[in-house]
Amino acid sequence: MQVSTLTKALLATTLLGGTAAFAQDVTLTIESWRNDDLTLWQDKIIPAFEAANPGIKVQFTPSAPAEYNAVLNSKLDAGSAGDLITCRPFDASLALYEAGHLADLSDLEGMANFSDVAKSAWQTDDGSATFCMPMASVIHGFIYNKDAFAELGLEVPETEAEFFAVLDKIKEDGTYIPMAMGTNDQWEAATMGYNNIGPNYWKGEEGRLALIAGEQKLTDEPWVAPYRQLAKWGAYLGDGYEAQTYPDSQNIFTLGRAAIYPAGSWEISGFNNLVEFEMGAFKPPVEAAGDTCYISDHTDIAVGMNTKTEHPEAARTFLDWVGSEEFAKLYANALPGFFSLSEHTVEMEDPLAQEFVSWRDQCESTIRSTYQILSRGTPNLENETWNASVAVIRGNESAEEAGARLQEGLSSWYAPQQ
Amino acid sequence: MPSPIRKPQIRWHIAVFLAPAVLVYTAVMIYPLFNTLRLSLYTEVGQERIFVGLENFRTLFGDANWSRQFWNALGNNFWFFAIHMLVQNPIGVALAAILSSPRLRFSNFYRSAIFIPTILSFVIVGFAWKLILSPIWGIAPSMLDAIGLKSLYAPWLGREAYALTTLSLVSVWQFVGIPMMLIYAALLSIPDEILEAGECDGITGMAAFWKIKLPLVLPSIGIISILTFVANFNAFDLIYAAQGALAGPDFSTDILGTFMYRTFFGFQLQLGDPHMGSAIASAMFGIILIGVCLYLFGIQRRLRNYQF
Repeated sequence: MQVSTLTKALLATTLLGGTAAFAQDVTLTIESWRNDDLTLWQDKIIPAFEAANPGIKVQFTPSAPAEYNAVLNSKLDAGSAGDLITCRPFDASLALYEAGHLADLSDLEGMANFSDVAKSAWQTDDGSATFCMPMASVIHGFIYNKDAFAELGLEVPETEAEFFAVLDKIKEDGTYIPMAMGTNDQWEAATMGYNNIGPNYWKGEEGRLALIAGEQKLTDEPWVAPYRQLAKWGAYLGDGYEAQTYPDSQNIFTLGRAAIYPAGSWEISGFNNLVEFEMGAFKPPVEAAGDTCYISDHTDIAVGMNTKTEHPEAARTFLDWVGSEEFAKLYANALPGFFSLSEHTVEMEDPLAQEFVSWRDQCESTIRSTYQILSRGTPNLENETWNASVAVIRGNESAEEAGARLQEGLSSWYAPQQ
Repeated sequence: MPSPIRKPQIRWHIAVFLAPAVLVYTAVMIYPLFNTLRLSLYTEVGQERIFVGLENFRTLFGDANWSRQFWNALGNNFWFFAIHMLVQNPIGVALAAILSSPRLRFSNFYRSAIFIPTILSFVIVGFAWKLILSPIWGIAPSMLDAIGLKSLYAPWLGREAYALTTLSLVSVWQFVGIPMMLIYAALLSIPDEILEAGECDGITGMAAFWKIKLPLVLPSIGIISILTFVANFNAFDLIYAAQGALAGPDFSTDILGTFMYRTFFGFQLQLGDPHMGSAIASAMFGIILIGVCLYLFGIQRRLRNYQF
């Protein structure tokens, strides 16, 4: 009698142990292009989630940013992609949703914490379905070396004229390279150049939406003027900037050899670990003092669910958590420079990140002009903008020629511009 | 009365021994090749794949946006090939001739040193040279400075006029070992009797090279040329490692391989289009096929092979 009770008890524990082990088997894999963030996910974000949700394990498996889209598409087609997929904004993710790779997440509770603008980058054109949980946006501006500015007695520029006066002074002094940017990798010229300073000229959302509606053209003054300013940048970029790569520029600035770095806020966490001087930030200069300022506050990153996942429930639990206040605080502080898109108030400790995010109150926000709808056809407007920004900085093409070329390319396939 | 003809036995062992190679080759080479050719005849509308015949090729050659990029890439490819033919192969032949000279000391060392880059990965070569030539950290500017030629330095990889030539020369540096080895082997196989007979007739030194050795290694040079042609028109890795998929500056280093990659897999906001990508891949296949045929029927047959 006693023996059989013991046996039963033993059997029961084995069964329980067995089911528990089975439940623990749920492992979610995240596909991402943020290989810089690997340690942050492993040390902070994933442990916090796993502590709150026992039984679900999460693995973060990033690939190189430039290859992410290609790698992800191949994996999805082959059926070997992870359960959770980090979403690029707009068309790249929309195409994945339309191809049935991303699940509709409109009914998730966490979605209620985001404004329509925040969700717009991951919705169908009619807004009926949202397929990724927004994570963060990045803000453009200029990061500068405070020590260098103090040494040369420079003030932070507010207007375009002041901006170039500052650059002239740094160049004259000769201790520092005025601005650290290269044209070898091309995208910096468009992203940190054109789309950084541009919103002030095309008045943010107003101009961007007018371009999409076909009411403005890329040959119009607001779209050509940023190129005219970029054309003047070439003289301040330091020797051999034509072959200077993105990591080169980062190193030149963090080593203290350059005074100003045209930036996106995503640089903050990386730079914090590297610099030995104090950094400050200023927003893109306006034309005349007192003008309304516009900043690029770009919806950059979200996360969605692979429709072929074997653990949809666990994946939805994770996504709901991404929409929570806990995640917003954790992410914004673990990665200063990636600003939460949710409507929770998130306190940030990093002074540079605070500086960037404070512009949201002073200026009007917009997103990068080429991202929504306009880069759907051939030629691809975003790629062409990279090319044109570089050509203008190097002086191979005038601002007007660049505008005319882009307009010709866009109108060749985009009906509202024809 | 004729004796009954014996039925020939089926020799199964031939099929059995061939099978592994044929199966593997079919699975990894022949099937993908024909599937790519097939894919280029389709396009995607909505979520469906439909047959459109040669429409993709008409877009590729007829639409100004596509054809401009295609001809640019093809032109760059020919320049890439021309540099290899004009620089890599003559240097390879010259090195082989020097190495085969019996009076040269340490020839084994030179042979290995020159051949080593060939076994390096493209990525290593691309990054190493990018760093060497970098205007900021590179040793090229300071080395030129040391001999007083700083004025000759330019950020070559960033200038449209020089970038492709620079990369071609990097590729030449990497692969010059291959023609050298092949020619070296061919030179060693020339029997001494022939050279000695030539010496009796007063043909020595340079004359022996031009009049005896070179004609005898011409078939090898032909093979090297066609190998270079195929490798160059399939090239992709070095350009991608050094300049990225947009093959900057301003597409001046864009070759068919990078153009195909960009189209097939997409890039940044540009979505991948496997069907147009396959059309470009098919065009590359066609170009290489034509090149190889021209060589085989136009040149190879006229080359004389000498038997010793």
